[in-house]
Order: sequence, then structure tokens, then C-alpha cells
Amino acid sequence: MPADDEEELYQDHILDHYEDPYHRGHCTRCTHAHQDDNSLCGDVVRIELQIDDGGALREVFFAGDGCCISQAAASMIVEKFDGHTIEEVKTFTANDMLELFGVRLTPNRQKCCLLPWRVLQSAIYSPVENDGSDPGEPGKVCR
Amino acid sequence: MSALLQTSPLDPLAYRSDFPILSREVRPGVPLIYFDNAASTQHPREVIQSIVSCYEEHYANVHRGIHQLAQESDELFDQARETVRAFLNAPEREQCIFTYGATSGINIVARSWGDANLKPGDEILLTEMEHHANLVPWQQLAERSGAVLRHIPLTEDGLLCLDALDTLLTERTKLVGFTAISNVLGTINPVAEIIRRGHQAGALVLVDGAQSVPHQKTDVQAMDVDFLVFSGHKMLGPSGVGVLYGKRALLEAMPPFLGGGSMIRRVLLDSFEPGDLPAKFEAGTPPIVSAIGLGAAIDYLNRIGMDAIAHHERLLVTRAHEILENIEGLRILGPAPRHKAGIVSFTLDQIHAHDVAEVLDRSGIAIRAGHHCAMPLHKRYNVGATARASFYLYNTLDEVEQLAPALDAAKRVFHRKRK
Repeated sequence: MPADDEEELYQDHILDHYEDPYHRGHCTRCTHAHQDDNSLCGDVVRIELQIDDGGALREVFFAGDGCCISQAAASMIVEKFDGHTIEEVKTFTANDMLELFGVRLTPNRQKCCLLPWRVLQSAIYSPVENDGSDPGEPGKVCR
Repeated sequence: MSALLQTSPLDPLAYRSDFPILSREVRPGVPLIYFDNAASTQHPREVIQSIVSCYEEHYANVHRGIHQLAQESDELFDQARETVRAFLNAPEREQCIFTYGATSGINIVARSWGDANLKPGDEILLTEMEHHANLVPWQQLAERSGAVLRHIPLTEDGLLCLDALDTLLTERTKLVGFTAISNVLGTINPVAEIIRRGHQAGALVLVDGAQSVPHQKTDVQAMDVDFLVFSGHKMLGPSGVGVLYGKRALLEAMPPFLGGGSMIRRVLLDSFEPGDLPAKFEAGTPPIVSAIGLGAAIDYLNRIGMDAIAHHERLLVTRAHEILENIEGLRILGPAPRHKAGIVSFTLDQIHAHDVAEVLDRSGIAIRAGHHCAMPLHKRYNVGATARASFYLYNTLDEVEQLAPALDAAKRVFHRKRK
């Protein structure tokens, strides 16, 4: 167990997101999407969006594979922005993401947490005709 | 466990006190269990002291000065090269080029020998278990030269499919490059047989010794290997230094790769004449102090004995397999311990390797998690990432026993009772 002065990383709310993620899957009508990975550890996250003409996120889904931190963070950010607007996404900083996650992370694990944040920031600029994901390896997202 | 393996020929407790870092606690009350040796090893006091005393008493640049310090540094640097030569049983010390690590050694061969010799349609034969360091330089060479890459496939249990050599080795094969020991699977490859068959086909053979030279006896003449590379930091030495061994005729025929100071005989404004071995491949100021530290590391290893180290690690990995095989949901990548060095990589249920490593760290156990710079290998076995424990002479059976409760803790975190 972690030392007394250390915060438990695998808190229930994080494991809840990991085990029962919010909107893991695919949009019914996807207008924007982006996928990226942390090449060092192999975490993969894809985020799909349905953005309407007013800039509202009508649907937000994620798919991915990776550690508890990256996948729970993806679930959290998708839950947070479902029904919100791209303007709100744009003003949501990396620090906001770490705050949303809630547990203090070491620099290496911050990269896991910030992967879905990076993907969402790119997804709002990535219409599906050219979604920026790697078309060569569609099988990479396995769950 | 077989009777043969029940006792170790070395007592790790006798050596642990030589390694200052092994007595530290990771956190208050949590001793360090260092199982990340395939990534990099720790340093005995005498290696650290060799570095300190070089800086405090002898340091100057090598091969240039005539003052007293320059002579002393020269002597220490040359002695380190001689120590490397003897350790490898190389015929001459000039055949032992100091590099910046195994990676830079492979790049020298690919750039120098490869660019000078390969034509479109020539083939380079590698394996599916290579570290990226023994893949990417050849991919770059293939792109420059038009040569074609082939790969020896792997069996389901992590051995090289040697039957495939019948068709993979042809007169087009110009070089066979493979690792003596897989940094993920731990597999000890049949080095002598592959070298013999490569030579029969008329190819040169490069062995990546990054995981073998630190852990077992190496004799480049008995192996009849053309090129061998390894790194100092995986064998108790400092980072930033490695060795490229090559057969003399090959090294002499090869053009220099990096150009600069040291590697020349004379320089005009528009041309140069390359220097002799080993300087020809050691452009610029070499990693002087790191090389001296590597020499001290080899002296330390020699006193213990490479055979004893290999035997001890076999004992540890055999016990690790016994423990891990009893854990439900745990899958070991790689062959049975009798084919292995002291490396065990695994997956645990659906728990990501990083999360396994995170929970093990709470017990002070340092392991590596990820693809270990071998993405094609992980793809071959259809896993994204593995957790890897790797051992060295200072690890004990008691430490290996700690894997069981630590992995149980990981399962408890991720298989919590639902409220």
C-alpha cells in the first residue's frame, strides 16, 4: 500500500470510470474524430464527436486501450463535455484536466492522463474526412 | 526445481553491500527490490570509485596531450580497452571500438559497412524478436541502399524458428543480425548455429550482445562472430559507453562513419586520410571516464565469474516462473526457464502493465512496463504491453518471492468487491 503521505492513485471513482466507462463506443453520426497514442507506453485513445452547426457537441464517445489512468481520464473528459460546446473544450487547459482527474499524478502518469485531453483538443479540429488518425492500423483500438 | 539448480554458485548477499543504492529504501520502511536490470543495472562502489578517482586525480583528454595528466588518462583508457579485449577474448584490442552504446555500434556497422557494400536486392536477415536498436538502423539502410529486410519468425513459445533458415538464407543474404538473448522473452538463442549457417550462406553475422555479454561468458573467437555490440550500463558500468567488436579485416576495409578529430591520420583543407583502428571509428573525444568505469565493471564481474552469474540468474528465473505460473490469469511470454536468461515478461488478467508496475512499486519492486523497445515482438504475440522483471547477480531468491504478494495486491486493486 502507498505510504501514509501518499494519495491512493486507484481511488474508487477512478476505478469506476475504468471499469464502467462513460460512452465507450462510437458516435451514431460522427462529424469529427481523432486518435493518438503515447508511443512509449502504448496507450491509445480515440475520441469521436458529433458537432452541430452551433458548435455544440451532440455526441461524444471514446474508444481505446491502455492503462487505468488513460482510460479513466478518457471516460471523465467524455462525460464532462457531452452536450457542451467546442468553445468550452478550447478553454479547458491541461491543468484543468489534471484537476478533473482529481488525484495527484507523477509526471510520467500525467502523460497518461493528458492523452485523452490532447485527443479531444485535436478532435474538434478534425472533421471525419480527414480525422488525423492512423488509417493504416484501424485494429489498434481494440475495446 | 531440479537438484542441479537448488544451490547458487554465488551468494548475492556477499555482493549486495558493494552496491550503495541497494541499501536504500524506496520510501520509508520499503526496501528496494531492483528487477529492472535488462533496462540498466546498478553500480558497485568500485565502479563509482574508478570514476571519482579518474576525475579527482587523473583526468585529461586522451591521445593528445604530452603532459602528465594526459599520459595518466591515456593509460587508464588503454587499460580499459585491454580489459574489454580480454573479457571478449578478442585477438587484438584495436578490434574493440569504444562507442556510446550497443545502438551506436549497430549504427556504425549499418552506416559504414552497409552503405559501402549493399546493393538493391541484397538481403539483411533479422528476427522478429529484435530490439528497435537492431531493427531501425537496418530499415534506414534498406531505404538508402534498396536492400530487402527478412525476419526469422518466432514460435508460439518464444523461440526462433530455425527451420525457416533453410529458405531465408540465400546467396542474396549479406548480413544476419540477431540478439543473443531477447530483452523481452529472455530466450537464449543458438548463437553458434546461426553464425555457422549465416557463414555457410556467405553472409556476415552481427550479434547484439546487449543482454548476453553482461550475463554469460562471451568468446568472440569461439563464436566466430563478425560484429558484436554491447552497452556498458547493462553490466554494472556507466551509461554513455559501449563496445563494437569486429573482425580486423572487416573493420579495416570499412570507411569511417563519423568524421572529426581523432579519426584521422592527416587532414588537408579539402580531404583527409583516415586513421588506424580503433581511432578510425572513434571520432571526437570518446567517453573517456565511462570507458574507464566499464573497465572497472568488467574487473568486478570477472572476480565473480560469468558462469556463476549465469547459473545464479537461471536459479532466479526458474523460481520466478514457478511463482508466476501459480498466479491465475498471469501469462508469461517466452519459453521455459531452461531456454532463458534472467528475464520474465508477463501480462496479468486485463490489468495494464503500467498499472501492474505502479502497484509493484508500492512494495518497492522496480520492474519495467511497456513494449521494451520491441514493438514488433509484442504485436507478434498480440499484446500491447508487458510487465518485465529482470535479474542480476545481486538479486536474491527472497526478493523473487516478493513477486507473489505484490502481484496479489495488484489483483486486489483491480478486482475490488463491488459495492
